[in-house]
Amino acid sequence: MKIREIASVLNAKIVCGEQYADKETAYAFSSDLMSDVLTTKKDSLLLITGLANVQTIRTAEMSDIHCIVFARGKRVSDEMIELATENEMALVECRYSVFKTSGMLYAAGIQPVY
Amino acid sequence: MHMHFEVEGGNFSRAGYASSEIKKVLKKLNVNAQTIKRIVVSSYEAEVNIVAHARKGKISATIDNDKIVLQCNDEGPGIPDIEKAMQQGFSTASSEVREMGFGAGMGLPNIKNNADKLEINSEVGKGTNVKITIALSSETN
Repeated sequence: MKIREIASVLNAKIVCGEQYADKETAYAFSSDLMSDVLTTKKDSLLLITGLANVQTIRTAEMSDIHCIVFARGKRVSDEMIELATENEMALVECRYSVFKTSGMLYAAGIQPVY
Repeated sequence: MHMHFEVEGGNFSRAGYASSEIKKVLKKLNVNAQTIKRIVVSSYEAEVNIVAHARKGKISATIDNDKIVLQCNDEGPGIPDIEKAMQQGFSTASSEVREMGFGAGMGLPNIKNNADKLEINSEVGKGTNVKITIALSSETN
């Protein structure tokens, strides 16, 4: 599924990395705990989280995650956008809960990691 | 090849800088992506530990043809019981650290899972030295 389609399914907005909107994502992982995210082994992973800070972007950088959906209406800061841009990531802001976001993407065909 | 970074305790906006620089170098060296991930996840967990617990610390990375050695040394409280600290779920992290998405007692176990060799030396009241070795096999240029 393309990042563009993911944003559309979630009625969400790509706030950074619009140029990567056609990148494909097959798998997603949902967590607010960054140490959990760091245990994932898959490449080209989508992260769904309600934790919006610079360490979320850093964690994605170390885990080769190329797209993050911020759920629960969390907003990304300029500092986060700067770091995401440097790492060629797309950031999406979504107003739904992590549960609803995950459910909608699962129904749309995104696969779980475990 | 040798890299060296100073890590400031408590500065969460900068946590991950050293690991990010190490990742850039490993990519340039054409190290296999899965190995890079194991290295930078280990290095990042160690870096977050320094920021979370210590006053200050240093991370050095030495890259040879067949391995990378990360030395993470801090001036901090030390670990009274290393065996306990290695248990998944054991944590002494502050609420500030937990708000950043860490502090669930997974850092050291995560490092152990990714490293080929992990050595921890610690002195209470002085600091902790974490040495991580990961093999690079023949994939590096």
